[in-house]
Amino acid sequence: MLEVLILFPIAIAALSLVTSHYQFRSWLLPISSGLHLLLSVLLAIGWFPATGEWIGLDALSRLVLITTSLLFFGCAIYAVGYLDIRRDRGNKVMVPCLLIFLSAMTLAIVARHLGLIWMAVEATTISSAPLIYFNRNRLSIEATWKYLLICSVGIALAMLGILFIAYSALGGGSPVCLHLDTLLSNATTLSRPWLHAGFVFLLVGFGTKMGLAPLHTWKPDAYGEAPGLVGALLAGGLTSVAFLAILRGVQLMTAAGSGDLARQALLGMGMFSLLLAAIFMVRQPDIKRLLAYSSVEHMGILAIGVGIGGMATFGAMLHLINNALTKGGLFLAAGNIQRAYNSKNISEIRGAMVTLPISGTLFLAGFLAITGSPPFGPFISEFTILRGIFGSDRMVIGMLVLLFLAIVFIGMGATILTATQGEPAEEPPQFQDRILLYISPLCFMLLILLIGVYIPEPIQAALHQAAALLEVHP
Amino acid sequence: MIELTNPLLLAVILINFFTLGSARLGACIRVVALQGALLALLPLATHGMSGHALILGAGALLLKGIFIPTLLLRAIREVRIRREVEPIIGFVPTLIIGALTTAGAFIFADFLPLIAEHHEGFYVPTALATIFTGFLLLITRRKAITQILGYLLLENGIFIFGVLLSAAMPLMVEAGVLLDLLVGVFVMGIVLNQINREFSTLNTERLSALKE
Repeated sequence: MLEVLILFPIAIAALSLVTSHYQFRSWLLPISSGLHLLLSVLLAIGWFPATGEWIGLDALSRLVLITTSLLFFGCAIYAVGYLDIRRDRGNKVMVPCLLIFLSAMTLAIVARHLGLIWMAVEATTISSAPLIYFNRNRLSIEATWKYLLICSVGIALAMLGILFIAYSALGGGSPVCLHLDTLLSNATTLSRPWLHAGFVFLLVGFGTKMGLAPLHTWKPDAYGEAPGLVGALLAGGLTSVAFLAILRGVQLMTAAGSGDLARQALLGMGMFSLLLAAIFMVRQPDIKRLLAYSSVEHMGILAIGVGIGGMATFGAMLHLINNALTKGGLFLAAGNIQRAYNSKNISEIRGAMVTLPISGTLFLAGFLAITGSPPFGPFISEFTILRGIFGSDRMVIGMLVLLFLAIVFIGMGATILTATQGEPAEEPPQFQDRILLYISPLCFMLLILLIGVYIPEPIQAALHQAAALLEVHP
Repeated sequence: MIELTNPLLLAVILINFFTLGSARLGACIRVVALQGALLALLPLATHGMSGHALILGAGALLLKGIFIPTLLLRAIREVRIRREVEPIIGFVPTLIIGALTTAGAFIFADFLPLIAEHHEGFYVPTALATIFTGFLLLITRRKAITQILGYLLLENGIFIFGVLLSAAMPLMVEAGVLLDLLVGVFVMGIVLNQINREFSTLNTERLSALKE
């Protein structure tokens, strides 16, 4: 059944290439991603068997799969409305690329072989490059080139890391194999130096893709120039997929008894990401670049959560869902605001809540959510991570995280309040809120609110299982 | 096995130097193609005439030796550029840095905890040296096309290391990796064309509007 989940988006991508009806092509997106979501949920609750040597679901991939699929479904509904008002650009590239992107992400999530994971992640880079180039101007070329080159080189380093891990099996005398399950069960026999080097390269490579500082340089450009819905998919979906790939490395290191080293590396990069994001978010005039730096910040929080371990790992798992949905909502709302003002700079955006009552309000609510204000979901997850940090007696790290979060709140607040509050300029904008363009961010925000208030028992259990996978000691 | 592979790997290193020292883009693309073709022989020379090695070699020859270079040659013909002018670091200094890193790679490889049968071959130092050369090209050159060549060298270096471990990579995955490389370079080629159309140059320093 997992094969179907990976292959049918490609089949629909092929169908979208031969069909000539514009609206039908757009509607293929929500239809196929709705089906994808339905199948993913059925797979996740164990309706179909989903284990295998090459592809299979475990607690971690189940979590990421549902999150990504849900995010993609929301973005696909938004895409119908978006492509309708962007008929000048056409959808002949956008629709098939989005579907291939979905397929590649799914494969990267469910793959149980390190080489297969690599291949799928690289495929996501390639299939998302045309999406970033959607607007076809000088700035989007620059962003696409940087994205393509930096991520490809980063991913190439991840390949080197994977080969090092394979070599560690050779050095330890066990047969060379990159199947995750085999590696995990033979983990104690792996040669340590090669395994450690492999993990570092894996972290650098997939960390580039995830956007951990100092490897995040493509992120503000790509997120800033891509359409809002692509930004949402990259910031919420792709980063989670890359994070999952890093978590596979953590799993392996933990099983081999070097989990502490992996955690320290993650913690270091996470703190640095938080610091860098905080610096660049203060006085950031561009709302989409602001969101990109916020994404760097939240990747840092995820890394810190796993780096601390224990309760913080549970927090990180919850934060993965929260980050994906909130970022999705924020980017979609920011896309609407950009359309209304024909700018993404706060020198021209004023009073978005008056101009676009729904998108503007959602943008403001998204800001409150992502900076960890109650009663939204990220508050719970960030609070859990902070409790984990202080619970493990790391006062200095805890204080620093709090300080950075405060700076981020102030920096982000200054820009977003300027954009949403106040009186708009005199001439009425051509763009008004329309249902297809605000229903998805609205649902995302409602879900985030729901998570903040109440997490259903099965989801809590799933989160605990996912966190437990990262905590297994030999 | 060593008798055949060592000359191959030495030729690969010489090609690294050529790409660092030459300003003519056409020649650079051709020698990178030659390097790809030489690397296609490497699995055969290492593992003998097994089916896996044959298919891997054929795939590498097709993609690294023929397909990708043709694509790049067509790209430079379309955008009418011949030479890499004024690299960020001059040709002679990059050559010296290249020589130093290659020497470093050979010394460093001696300290690596390699298994016994990999100690005498040149695989690991050549792989490291080629990866460094790729990085050097990526950093020191301004033309987008030379940066693609740098990426290809990086991939070639990883390929050399991968040959040692071809048992770890089943054919399907190997094929997927090569396919990713091809499509990646293809997409880069398209972006290259767009850069040229929009900016009338392939110099990447023009791509600097996006910054803080």
